[in-house]
Amino acid sequence: MSADVDPAAGHVKPSGSSTAQPPAPSGTPPLVLQGVSKTYAVRGRRGALMTAVDEVSFTVAPGASIGLVGASGSGKSTLAKMITGSERPTTGSITFGDIDVGRLRSGGLRTYHTKVQMVFQDPYGALNPLHTVEYTVMRPCQNFLGMSGHKAMERMHELLEIVGLTPSAQYAAKLPHQLSGGQRQRVVIARALACDPALIVADEPVSMLDVSLRAGVLRLLAKLREERGLSLLYITHDLLSARVVTDHILVLNKGRLVEQGPTKQVLQHPQNEYTVQLLDAVANPFAAASAGPA
Amino acid sequence: MALLEARGVNVVYEPSRGQRIWSVRDVDITLEKGEFVGLVGESGCGKTTLGYALTRMLRPPARLESGTITFDGVDISTLTGERLRQQRRNGVALVLQSGMNALNPVRTMEHHFGDVLKAHGREGEDLSDGAIKARGTELLGNVRLDSDVLPRYPHELSGGMRQRISIALALALEPRMVVFDEPTTALDVIVQGAVMQTIQDLQREKKFTAILISHDLGIVLEATDRVMVMYGGQIVEEQPSKDLLYGKHHPYTEALLNCYADPRADEIHLGGIPGAPPDLSRPQSGCPFTPRCPLALPICAEEDPPLARLGRGAAACHVRAPATRAAMEVSSVR
Repeated sequence: MSADVDPAAGHVKPSGSSTAQPPAPSGTPPLVLQGVSKTYAVRGRRGALMTAVDEVSFTVAPGASIGLVGASGSGKSTLAKMITGSERPTTGSITFGDIDVGRLRSGGLRTYHTKVQMVFQDPYGALNPLHTVEYTVMRPCQNFLGMSGHKAMERMHELLEIVGLTPSAQYAAKLPHQLSGGQRQRVVIARALACDPALIVADEPVSMLDVSLRAGVLRLLAKLREERGLSLLYITHDLLSARVVTDHILVLNKGRLVEQGPTKQVLQHPQNEYTVQLLDAVANPFAAASAGPA
Repeated sequence: MALLEARGVNVVYEPSRGQRIWSVRDVDITLEKGEFVGLVGESGCGKTTLGYALTRMLRPPARLESGTITFDGVDISTLTGERLRQQRRNGVALVLQSGMNALNPVRTMEHHFGDVLKAHGREGEDLSDGAIKARGTELLGNVRLDSDVLPRYPHELSGGMRQRISIALALALEPRMVVFDEPTTALDVIVQGAVMQTIQDLQREKKFTAILISHDLGIVLEATDRVMVMYGGQIVEEQPSKDLLYGKHHPYTEALLNCYADPRADEIHLGGIPGAPPDLSRPQSGCPFTPRCPLALPICAEEDPPLARLGRGAAACHVRAPATRAAMEVSSVR
């Protein structure tokens, strides 16, 4: 590849150990999972149980960026659902400070969601096609923060600027179908940021986007973490994007944690066979290139 | 002689009166027998539309505006009705991203194979249940599936298995050319690798000509012999797949390559492509990549760059492959 061309306005650098831990907002507690399991009853077979998540424990410290990787069916999305409170663990506990996430009811869940927000895989499905960007981003400001319409409007413009939809006035009145996939995902992120959460759980946020747009969204996630001290739980099967936005990585296979460690170290020196398999499955032209002519 | 020769292919979508979208613009393609070619580009660059045009699968509002498509010496661009149907028998087959979801949920796999074989059955061909079972078993073997899949229904099979079935169905009539349109995009990473491996093995075994359409340059470079890069409905570069990682290329190709990196590398610099793809409903002048191009010159916005020799392939770029008076166009490059 030629070195003199830099087609991107900027580059994403992996957040390695060299970068200092971003300042964590004071008073933000860690998210702690202890021995979390989830079993589902198998339909049609009485008494048969399927274990989706099996005795998983880990901690997301304030300001940390953790990757949760695994293939389909590894239980990573089930974990995300439990962490955001839309599913309850069968056994084990999930705590965020003094909040026991597994026991939350609607009122408590509402408070919890001002601290923990989720970004989903499908930006096409996560936005109401009939709502403008303005409405979508203003709603949580009014609902969660009790802002007046005028203040919420100001905040909405501020949020759009933060996620790089500038000038914000140009995007506010648009409907989802008038935006590209990358822009939609930015709207979803702006909405998640509205109530100033301490932790964002992002489930495959770039896998439905074109490769050319992925770097931009990843760069945004890295920037938010750096500037706002946000913690990030990044769920993916894409090891390259995990390398770019996370410091620490957890490898999940069939509901069990099979390997964990600093992202770079795990990817360069995988210990578990499953991690090796995941690495090999990635179509990687550069692996072949390193063996070829320089 | 080349198996497929497309010249000056233009495809236009007319979704409503007065609205015209030029999805494919002046594309020339030559495919040799047994070649495995990749077609890459961003969403909306026209790669799927081009794949459909080459297989004569376009449906309104899309229309082949102009151009000829010669398949094995026959101009198929004007074929219609029964003649087109007959051409499809061991002519061209298509494997789709969502092909695995196109299986009939209330029919067994055996029924699916029977359906294809009977629809295109030749006179005197044995189409008894036994013969179909035998052929089905053989086809399943091709895609590394066991014959006990035959009596199963789609819901009993995994996504990867169903995608393998859709490949087996595409190969049932022994096509001479197969177009794979994002065949693994909907699959899990590990399954994705395995299915791609099967496709590559099959292509080598059966020696059919193949086109792999994908937005994933990584997959394309691993599987194909030659790669064509599409942007704004045009082919902006073509190169032997091996050469794409080295040397200078069309700035768009270089930008695409920058979106990849080895997750195991010591340092990772991941680039994106700022800006948005061109609006295909507007007429274009000059190179479509100009507004996003870091190397753009004044001439780029004014004059269409012709495909000119670059390395062992060709690129349409005023900067990287300036066309000399000798106008080394693609035809002479090959």
